Amino acid sequence: MYTQDVYFWRAGAIATVVFMCVVLAALTIDTLRQISPGGARVPSYDVINSAVTYQYDTSRGEYLPKIGGEELIFGHRYTEDEASTLIAKGKLVIQSRACIDCHTFFGNGGYYAPDLTRAWMDPVWAISPGPKRAERLAKFLTNPLRLGARPMPNLKIRRDEAEAVVAYLKWLSSVDSNGFPDRFGAPGAN
Amino acid sequence: MYRAQRLGLKYLAASTVIFGAMIIFGLLASIYYVRPGFLLNTFNFSTAKIVHINGLVIWLLMGFIGAIYWFLPQEFEREVVGIGLAEVLFWVLCASVAVVIAVFIFVQYGAANEWSMWFINQGRKYVEAPRWAAIVISVTAGVFAYNVIATCVAARKATGVVTVLIADLVPLVVLYLDAFPEISNMSQDLFWWWWLVHLWVEATWEVLIGCIMAWTLMHLVGASRRVVESWLYVEVALVLGTGILGLGHHYFWIGTPRYWFAIGGFFSALEPLPLLGMIVHAVYDAGERHLQAANRPAFYWTLAEAFGNFLGGGVWGFMMTLPQINLYSHGTQWTASHGHFAFWGAYGCGVISVLYLAIAQSRGNQRLDGAAWKWSFAMLNVGMVGMTGALLVAGIDQAFYERAIGGSTWNAYLSMQGRPWFNESMWARLLFGLMFACGFAVLAYDLITIPKRQQADAVEEATAAAGS
Ligand code: HEC
Ligand code: HEM
Ligand code: HEM
Ligand SMILES: [Fe+2]
Repeated sequence: MYTQDVYFWRAGAIATVVFMCVVLAALTIDTLRQISPGGARVPSYDVINSAVTYQYDTSRGEYLPKIGGEELIFGHRYTEDEASTLIAKGKLVIQSRACIDCHTFFGNGGYYAPDLTRAWMDPVWAISPGPKRAERLAKFLTNPLRLGARPMPNLKIRRDEAEAVVAYLKWLSSVDSNGFPDRFGAPGAN
Repeated sequence: MYRAQRLGLKYLAASTVIFGAMIIFGLLASIYYVRPGFLLNTFNFSTAKIVHINGLVIWLLMGFIGAIYWFLPQEFEREVVGIGLAEVLFWVLCASVAVVIAVFIFVQYGAANEWSMWFINQGRKYVEAPRWAAIVISVTAGVFAYNVIATCVAARKATGVVTVLIADLVPLVVLYLDAFPEISNMSQDLFWWWWLVHLWVEATWEVLIGCIMAWTLMHLVGASRRVVESWLYVEVALVLGTGILGLGHHYFWIGTPRYWFAIGGFFSALEPLPLLGMIVHAVYDAGERHLQAANRPAFYWTLAEAFGNFLGGGVWGFMMTLPQINLYSHGTQWTASHGHFAFWGAYGCGVISVLYLAIAQSRGNQRLDGAAWKWSFAMLNVGMVGMTGALLVAGIDQAFYERAIGGSTWNAYLSMQGRPWFNESMWARLLFGLMFACGFAVLAYDLITIPKRQQADAVEEATAAAGS
C-alpha cells in the first residue's frame, strides 16, 4: 500500500506547505498595501490635524473611527512630512519605554493597564475639545495622575516626547480596526 | 559520549537555570496585580514581565538546541560538524543573556533613540532584548542550523526526522530576524510581529518539538522509525496546513482587511486537529507499552506534553479563536491563560522530558525512579492548571464586564479593579504560582541529586551482591 510508504506522506507535506505559503504571500502583499498610511484602512499621518471620533456604523454593524474637520493639536498644522517625523518619534518613545508591556495596542501587549487603541477619545479626555485634550494627555504622560488603585509610573517622558506620543495616539485612534474595541465610549457603557 | 552531547547537556542545564529565573520574575509580576503600587517607579510591572517572557523564549530555545545536540550524534553515529564553534558560542550566549538580564533589571529603559534600541530595550513584546543581543541569538541559531545541516551532509544520509528538522530550522532562524525592525506604523509593526510570534509557536516550534518528541519516543519506548516518521510528515502537513493561514486569527483587529475573519477563523479552528492526533499517537505508543517505560519521569513528561499541547494550545486557543468571541476576549487575562497553558504544555513539558531522557542516557540508562520527580510533576502541573484556571476566570470576567459591557475604556478598566471575581482570581494565580515554583525547586533538587542517588544505588547493589 502506498500509505505504508514514508515518501507518500513526505510529498503530501511538501505540497501542502508550498500551497499555504503561496496563499500567505499573496494575502500579505494585498494586506500591506491596505494598511500602509493613506491606504484603504489606515489614514495618512496628517490625520492628526483633523477631528477623530468613534461612531456606530449601521451598514457594517460595528463602531468605526470617523474623520471630521480640522482640529489641530498643540496649535500646529503639521505637513505630511512633519507628521511622519512626529509619528516616527512617537513610536520610538513607545518602544523605548516599553508601553506595550503594560498596555495593549489594538489589544496586543500587556494586560496590566488600559487598551490604548482609542485612548485619544477616552471619555476621561474627550470631555475636553481637541486642543485642550492634547494638552491634558501630554501632561499626564510627563507626570501621570492616578485614577484607580493601579497607578502608571513616571517614565521620565520629556515634553517633546509626550507631544509625539499624543500625536501617535491620535493617529492610532483613526485606524479602522473592524470594530475593536466594541462599544468604546458608547452611551450606557462605562 | 560525543562532544555535541556534552554541549547538549550544558545547554539543557543552562536552560533549566533560566527556567528558574523566569519563574521568579513571573511571581514578581503577579504581585503587582494584588498589591497595586508595589515598587512603583523603582521596578515597574513592565520590567518584571519583560524578564519573565524574554526568559521564557531563551529557556525554551536553549532547551530545544540542547535536545538536538543530544540526539543528533546518536542519529548519525558521528560527531557534529563544527562543534568547536558551537561550544564557544554557548558561552557567548550565556554571557549575553546574563548581561541582558542585568541591563533589564538595572537600566530598565532608555530615552527615545537608537542607542536604546541597540543596547537597552527594544520595547516589542517577547523580543525586547536589545539588538546587539538579538544578533548574538541569530548567530548562535545560525551556527546551530549549520551544525545540523553540515553533519547531515558529512554523514551522507538524511533520516526523515533530520529532513524535517533541517527544513524547519531555516524558516525558524529567518523568522527571528523579525526581532530587529522599528516600524512606525503600528498596524504594519504588529502584522510582522505576529509572523514571529505566531509562526514560531504555532508552526515552526510545533514542528521542531514534533521532531524532538519523535526522537524521544523512539529512544524511550522504542517506537518504530517508519511509523514515527510517517506520522511526523502527517503532522507537518496538518500543523503547517492549518497554522500558516491560522496566522489570520491575529489579524482581526490590527487594521488588517476583513477577509482575515474568514481565513483566520477557519484555519485556526482546525489547528487543534494535529494536536489531537499527537495525543492519539502518544497514547497508542504508551498503551502498547502498558504505561511502562524504564525511564518513568521522561515517559510521564512526554505524555504531559501531548495532553498539555492539545489542551493548552488546541482547546484553550480554540475557545477564543473565532472573531465573534475574540472581539471580547482579545487582550484580556483570558489570553494570558491560554499563553501559559500552551507554552507549558507544548514546550515546557517537552523540554523537561528530554532533560530526564538525556540524564538517564548519559549515565548508562540507570534507574531514575523515586519520590521527588513525582512530587515535582504533580506540583508543576497542578500549579500550572491552577494558574490557568484562575486566569480564565479573570479573563472571562474581563471579557464580559470590561470589554462587552464597559466598552474597554479607562473607566471600564478601573471598574474591573473593584470586581471580586477578578481580584480573587489574581490571588489564586499567585498561590498556584507559588505551588508551581515549589514544583520547580523539587525538580531542580531531583535533577541535581540523581548522580548521588545512583552512586548510593550502585553501592547498595554491590553490597547486596557481595552479601548473597
Ligand atoms: C508599568 C506599566 C506601565 C507602562 C510601562 C506604561 N503605562 Fe500607561 N498606564 C499604566 C496604568 C496602570 C494606567 C492606569 C492608571 C490609573 O488608572 O490610574 C495607565 C494609564 C495610561 C493612560 C491613560 C489611560 C487611557 O485610556 O487614556 C495613557 C494614555 C497611558 N497610560 C499611556 C502610556 C504610554 C504612552 C506609555 C509608554 C510611553 C505607557 N502608558 C507606559 C501603566 C503603564
Ligand atoms: C501550542 C502552541 C501554542 C502556543 C505556545 C500559543 C501561545 C500563545 C500566546 C503566548 C498568545 C498571546 C500572544 C500575545 O498577545 O502576546 C497566544 C494568542 C492566541 N492564540 Fe495561541 N498558542 C498556541 C496554539 C494556539 C492554537 C492551536 C490556537 C487556535 C486554535 C490559538 C489561538 C490563539 C488566539 C486566538 C490568540 C489571540 C488571543 C487574543 O486575541 O488576545 N493558539 N497564543
Ligand atoms: C510561577 C509561575 C508564573 C507566574 C506567577 C507567572 C506570571 C505571569 C504574569 C503576571 C504575566 C504578565 C501577564 C500580563 O500582561 O498581565 C505573565 C506573562 C506570561 N507568562 Fe508567566 N508566569 C509564571 C510561569 C510561566 C511559565 C512556566 C510560562 C511558560 C511555560 C509562562 C509564560 C508566560 C507567557 C507566554 C506570558 C505572556 C502571556 C500573554 O501576554 O498573553 N509563565 N506571566
Ligand atoms: Fe496564533
